[in-house]
Amino acid sequence: MSTGNMNLTLKVWRQKNNKTTGALVDYKLADISPDMSFLEMFDVLNEQLINKGEEPVVFDHDCREGICGMCSMFINGRPHGPKDLVTTCQLHMRSFKDGDTIVVEPWRAAAFPVVKDLTVDRSAFDRVIAAGGFISVNTGNAQDANNLPIPKMQADAAFEAAACIGCGACVATCKNASAMLFVSAKISQLALLPQGQPERYRRVQSMVAQMDAEGFGNCTNTGACEAECPKGISLENIARMNRDFASAKFVSEETV
Amino acid sequence: MSDLNSNIPEGELTNKWTKFKSSVALVNPSNKRSIEVIIVGSGLAGASAAATLAEMGYKVKCFCFQDSPRRAHSIAAQGGINAAKNYQNDGDSTYRLFYDTIKGGDYRAREANVHRLAEVSANIIDQCVAQGVPLAREYGGLLDNRSFGGTQVQRTFYAAGQTGQQLLLGAYSALERQIGMGKVEMYTRHEMLEVVKIDGKARGIIARNLITGELERHFGHAVVLGTGGYGNVFYLSTNAMGSNVTAAWKAHKQGAYFANPCYTQIHPTCIPVSGDHQSKLTLMSESLRNDGRIWVPKKKDDNRKASEIPEDERDYYLERRYPAFGNLVPRDVASRAAKERCDAGYGVGASKLAVYLDFKANTERYGKIEASKAGIHNPDKETCMRLGTAVIKEKYGNLFDMYAQITGENPYETPMRIYPAVHYTMGGLWVDYNLMTSVPGLYCTGEANFSDHGANRLGASALMQGLADGYFVLPYTIGAYLSKEISVKAIPTDHPAFVEAEAKAKGILDTLINIKGTKSVDHFHKRLGHIMWEKCGMARNAEGLNEAITEIRALRAEFWKDVRVPGTSDELNTELEKAGRVADFIELGELMCIDALNRNESCGGHFREEYQTEEGEALRDDVDYAYVAAWEFKEGVNFELHKEELKFENIKVAQRSYK
Ligand code: SF4
Ligand code: FES
Repeated sequence: MSTGNMNLTLKVWRQKNNKTTGALVDYKLADISPDMSFLEMFDVLNEQLINKGEEPVVFDHDCREGICGMCSMFINGRPHGPKDLVTTCQLHMRSFKDGDTIVVEPWRAAAFPVVKDLTVDRSAFDRVIAAGGFISVNTGNAQDANNLPIPKMQADAAFEAAACIGCGACVATCKNASAMLFVSAKISQLALLPQGQPERYRRVQSMVAQMDAEGFGNCTNTGACEAECPKGISLENIARMNRDFASAKFVSEETV
Repeated sequence: MSDLNSNIPEGELTNKWTKFKSSVALVNPSNKRSIEVIIVGSGLAGASAAATLAEMGYKVKCFCFQDSPRRAHSIAAQGGINAAKNYQNDGDSTYRLFYDTIKGGDYRAREANVHRLAEVSANIIDQCVAQGVPLAREYGGLLDNRSFGGTQVQRTFYAAGQTGQQLLLGAYSALERQIGMGKVEMYTRHEMLEVVKIDGKARGIIARNLITGELERHFGHAVVLGTGGYGNVFYLSTNAMGSNVTAAWKAHKQGAYFANPCYTQIHPTCIPVSGDHQSKLTLMSESLRNDGRIWVPKKKDDNRKASEIPEDERDYYLERRYPAFGNLVPRDVASRAAKERCDAGYGVGASKLAVYLDFKANTERYGKIEASKAGIHNPDKETCMRLGTAVIKEKYGNLFDMYAQITGENPYETPMRIYPAVHYTMGGLWVDYNLMTSVPGLYCTGEANFSDHGANRLGASALMQGLADGYFVLPYTIGAYLSKEISVKAIPTDHPAFVEAEAKAKGILDTLINIKGTKSVDHFHKRLGHIMWEKCGMARNAEGLNEAITEIRALRAEFWKDVRVPGTSDELNTELEKAGRVADFIELGELMCIDALNRNESCGGHFREEYQTEEGEALRDDVDYAYVAAWEFKEGVNFELHKEELKFENIKVAQRSYK
């Protein structure tokens, strides 16, 4: 069993609720193990706070295995911290050094208001999906799955786009708080598959409209989203979405 | 002997479901519009049911505690989903899936339910593909399959190591579509704290808005719980941090029987515990056992690195003990075999509580195949390993990355270290054939119910059951009840039953806040987990279980005197949420031990040390224990046993053998 010997200074954003303003608060932590995950380090901090009679830091997390997309910490200026292709819950303390000062803030975007401390409201993403991120097929309407062969390359490409976990790191890192990477990932997944064709152009229009209505910013092609995405979602998806969005205007009224 | 009516339809096993579907009473479309259904949980079982019921025209309200329905823990299922499609032409059939599931469950599941599950399994794949779920394909464009533990056919569909994610996002998109159309009202960051009963029927819930702390009253003609399993009673498990038993437990306290709580699945391939700070355990998909060979050194306390231990000094104990199934024996068998080796002193790694899962042999084999495809004759070892590694990467890349990230070791070079961990709970609320609990109008789907896996679940069957229940079973069976409810008008939530239920929920929250004790919620949760793992874990005995019951009762008393919950109840307070959940886990833990003590046999995920064969295999007692143990909650945390006898009319009950 590993015992830890790292000493750290944390600067953590504390904010009681969305009606108050927040501030960074300093905490000292000792004896942290390099094998701990970043969130386990926060567990240690919270246990200490509770034992001292203070309120623990509230942060979103659930699966702690990098797949639910719920964890969301902005660590030293980067969403999900210093490692590429990793969520906050899969970041381990061995990525830091003894004596480090670590600044931890919530996602910052107008469309993601802070709820408390490090927790933000990402329901805008759900509403974008509700606007068109689906194939309209009711239960019971499906044909035999193998009646529709799909070339492996195409299926694999759709799968890669579908790997998005809806965490919002792309929005958090973008100076415009644009949600293009997230939205284009869903649009691409469905646009790449034959099942997605009937609604292809209607989908891109309604999802983009909802994205704008939620207050996400515009894309100015800085590519920060792709660099910070824990699931490696590619900028090609944005290009595909833009093409589809442009074509949608030319597709006849009946198809859209 | 049965005092529970499972409402299994009459007739031949293979016709029961077809007959049921064609004779069940229907609700006409105009009536559906005024019938409200509450669904708690938005995982595979909840989201699929919510979407389907809304498509059918019911008014649906769906609740989840996460910030989005897409986060439910079904998302973390890695390996795959079974379906009797027989696409591989390897002799699969509905009957074979049914048979494998009953046998895998150690003959402790209900035949009629399992057969229905096997029947609808194929529809699930069709539905998901139609939704755009990107399942793995072969070069010909058709769906690919892999094999999984406990079976000899390839019937598992998958999407790399992210099958649960892709299936859940499919169900989520169907749900969001209905939300967008205004047919489902979604309540995220809401936790159900009470079931409201009026005249004996479930008529709604009390839910806490986790952001504002407000208690809300919601009416429904029926209530469906798809709230997942209770593995977190062990503190450490592969479940998500928020996974809990609270909704099911509140229902239990309102009269829903809790069935077979002691059946716990310990998954053989998880990343071992690394220290006291550990907050959860991570599964390495069972699919890895297709290509990994499990071994320990032949010598006790061997401290050499894996690479330094020569082939003839390795003990491939699963292949040795179970030549027919080898590394693909069912989960319970594989888990116990790992524990046996470690307990005997052959474990590896710093903690010695681990065994190796080694991909070398298969990497080389794949490399040879790739080399010959590329026209390279007599490839050297290095070429084989390089080409083979690419194949392994394509199959399991994300799992290998996750392993490297968590342990700091490179699994392409050294074998993985794995150890069993709590993964799934076969027990849950007792339901009849219609998935209705013992409270009329209260339904339970997915892992939260007890119904289909008996004493042990086969790999890739959880996703199948969750989606079967939600897409194809419940939407039919609930009609049998709702068709009789069409004249019931929505009951206003100022009805005394709602007032009383809300007061009860508020009372518990206030008590928790006001204890102002000295120890955190996690402190109690860890202690509970320790008792459960040591005395009601992979192996149990009467003495340990009796001790556990005493210790848990003492822990419960201490919890209610000394827990410290900071903050207030009218704000986002994660400690308060956890406190309520741990309070319920403590009561459940006691019931699990009582159930384990009552069941004087070993079967599947319940291994009583007193009941084993000379070779150390589970020894069932079909004469005395071929029943479902359904427990009724009694005042003051007491439990009364009811039995549902299991009748096997289509399968010959036999000692399970994987040799
Ligand atoms: S695109 Fe990447 S960063 Fe953005 S939500 Fe999806 S997974 Fe997160
Ligand atoms: S907690 Fe689920 S992705 Fe981090």
